[in-house]
Amino acid sequence: MIWQQLQSIAGSYPLALRGLGMTVVLSLISLVLGTLLGFGLGILRTGGNRLISSAIGAWVDLIRGTPFLVQIFLIFFILPELGIELDAFTAGIIALTNLAACFICEIVVAGIRSVPTGQVEAALASGLSRWQRMRQVVLPQAMRIVLPPLVGQYVLLIKDSSVVSAIGLTDLTRVGWLVVQRVPNGLLVFFLVGLGYFIVCYPLIMLARRLEQRMGAAHGEVQI
Amino acid sequence: MLENFSFRTIVEYLPLFGQGLVTTVWLSVLSFAGALAVGIVLAAMNLQRGRLFRVPAKAYIDAVRATPLLAQLYFLYFGLPRLGFVLPELIVGILALSLNSGAYVAEIIRAGILSIPRGQVEAGVASGMTYVQRMRLVILPQAFKVTIPPLLGQAIVLVKDSALLSLISVAELTRAGQLLASDRFMPAEGFITIAAFYLLLYYGLKGLAALSGRWLGLAGART
Repeated sequence: MIWQQLQSIAGSYPLALRGLGMTVVLSLISLVLGTLLGFGLGILRTGGNRLISSAIGAWVDLIRGTPFLVQIFLIFFILPELGIELDAFTAGIIALTNLAACFICEIVVAGIRSVPTGQVEAALASGLSRWQRMRQVVLPQAMRIVLPPLVGQYVLLIKDSSVVSAIGLTDLTRVGWLVVQRVPNGLLVFFLVGLGYFIVCYPLIMLARRLEQRMGAAHGEVQI
Repeated sequence: MLENFSFRTIVEYLPLFGQGLVTTVWLSVLSFAGALAVGIVLAAMNLQRGRLFRVPAKAYIDAVRATPLLAQLYFLYFGLPRLGFVLPELIVGILALSLNSGAYVAEIIRAGILSIPRGQVEAGVASGMTYVQRMRLVILPQAFKVTIPPLLGQAIVLVKDSALLSLISVAELTRAGQLLASDRFMPAEGFITIAAFYLLLYYGLKGLAALSGRWLGLAGART
């Protein structure tokens, strides 16, 4: 019986590949867009304009305070009522990008704030423009703080992409759900689904850990 | 859409939302208690010198952290009946949340214990304390302090994660929103209302985390 089930599962490998492809594409697109947007928001938030800064802060809090599933439902069901037609894929990308941007914004803000003010003052005294200060002095130093949690955030993003299966996108989790209707062995089917995510996420978790250790070591050197 | 946003319907459905909110709260409390139990056991296993306990604990924590909660939830939901455990959806959901959050709690507790300076342990040894005495009188009281704010952070994550239980038809807060959305075709009313309820829980827990940081005298308390 197990043999038959394995055969049946093996028979649905084109579907599984499509699901894995959907998960990777969704994660990759929103990862790139979310990083760009997140850095932009983070820089704006530390930029000194109080109105912009608190508006971004309020938005980030709204997103951090509500479940991702509810955000997807809001985007998928309510934007069309406002006259913005969108399919499930676009809704998924918007929701994931927004989520990633908000969390990355917080990471970037923490990174920028970790740079000693003396550095900024020195840059000011050297006559660097605002943009030059950010790009050549602050961001390179902030990256040491930003990088480990940023990679950790990518792992969260890939995992959160599973939630878009709720609006009918055929990602890896949805494929598991479809297969389990035909092959009644949830343990086996979702073990394989989990394995798919594990293969993508585990190397990233290891990378984040290594970056953290390396940064900790660099930190130690400075303190000595 | 917003011109015919129906507050009346929201008021009409308020008892349903109330029930959903109450369910979300108590299932989160139960799951968090479960996560603490799982986390303490895993952290204790992970801090052992011998591999016999450490390797399985590490493997479990990595497996949980590298896979989505939704896949874990379906694993239990579709998998447990096959092992002969036919449980109500609510129990499966609480189990999934406990087992998932437990892995993160284990890491928080481990970090808390490892944050105690080595000198403290050595001082304990020099005072002739046994392992249990050192743990109970020196390490745990100090570790307890630093773990409270991140544990509350994990509680926030858990409350938000509990929304996924609506996908295995547990009648919690998100499910209440879905009902209003599908019964009356009013997704805006349904989902905006539940978002507001979740924000209420979020700000409550966030405030508690900030307060606890102050009470415990943690200057740079991270939440």
